[in-house]
Amino acid sequence: MSEAGEAAVDAVEAVAERIEAERSHLTELDSAIGDADHGGNMARGWAAAAEAVAELDDPDPATVVKTTGKTLLSEVGGASGPLYGGSLVFASPELSDGLTAESAVAFAETYLEKVQDRGDARVGDKTMVDALTPAVHTFKKSIETDDVEPIEALSKAVAAAERGVDFTVPIRASKGRASYLGWRSVGHQDPGATSTLYIMEALLDVATEHVEVPDELPDHADSPTIPDAEADDD
Amino acid sequence: MVGLVVVSHSATAAEGIAEVAGEMGGDTRIEPVGGDGEGGFGTVPDDIEDALGAADDGDGVVVLVDLGSAVMNAEVALELSDADAVIADAPVLEGAVNAAVAATSPKATVDSVREQAEAAGDIDKL
Repeated sequence: MSEAGEAAVDAVEAVAERIEAERSHLTELDSAIGDADHGGNMARGWAAAAEAVAELDDPDPATVVKTTGKTLLSEVGGASGPLYGGSLVFASPELSDGLTAESAVAFAETYLEKVQDRGDARVGDKTMVDALTPAVHTFKKSIETDDVEPIEALSKAVAAAERGVDFTVPIRASKGRASYLGWRSVGHQDPGATSTLYIMEALLDVATEHVEVPDELPDHADSPTIPDAEADDD
Repeated sequence: MVGLVVVSHSATAAEGIAEVAGEMGGDTRIEPVGGDGEGGFGTVPDDIEDALGAADDGDGVVVLVDLGSAVMNAEVALELSDADAVIADAPVLEGAVNAAVAATSPKATVDSVREQAEAAGDIDKL
């Protein structure tokens, strides 16, 4: 199996383990502003995905991602199935020429676009888009503008997703089931944004195991990524 | 002729709506699909894709959907399917009835059937 294919299979397994570990926390978040099924649905779906990709014969990253998406589509109920699964299937061809910094950016952008379109959600609606959008923008900027190593770009993206999750707490939901609660959704952290962060954290963990990590990574992980004059001078 | 697919979170509701629309629909193929495949509420893109295939005789399919994730899963199924299919932005039962009638016209196209389904959004009941 190729190194990238192996990493992709490891990643799905790592996500499955992380989601299983967070199952009750996700359900707790979802019971506050949703229908209390996010933890169970996601845990079931990702466990099935980990099983499905483990059975693939010599898989490449695109096949692993597509198989994961197809499995989530059939196993995860509610909106998370089409949002996570459908978007993974749709974006998977971006990786068909292999996993590079460039193809990873293209994949992330296509995935984000599909999630936004499918859910008809934008930043500020209190959904997974609030974690995903800053993460994808940060990843793209880190690779294309700041020219940092992909692993560092992913680390910055995770930090951005974390801030995005925090951002969902004080705002009012305007998409998904939480929007029926109106102002009562204020003060609760969005479950979909949270599971998006957990998935990204698991991806970073696996990536860290597969590539050499630059020494300076921890120093930059939480730095702001908004472009400023100083950065331009560098 | 243009076929119809009725998607609901409930398999029973999808079958019932297809039954009501079928009363008006002559030979129109109307495929109900719904449920999570394990006896519970929900929708599954693969099942919807199968229904699209069953409803399509080459002239295309108009899809009626109920709520929320049924809409998203129908969209995913359309992306997976080879059928020329569109989702009508219409109330599921009234839209299905209108669409079934529209599909019996010899000049019916996917667009004309969808348009009639969507016109059901303007129906006044009182």
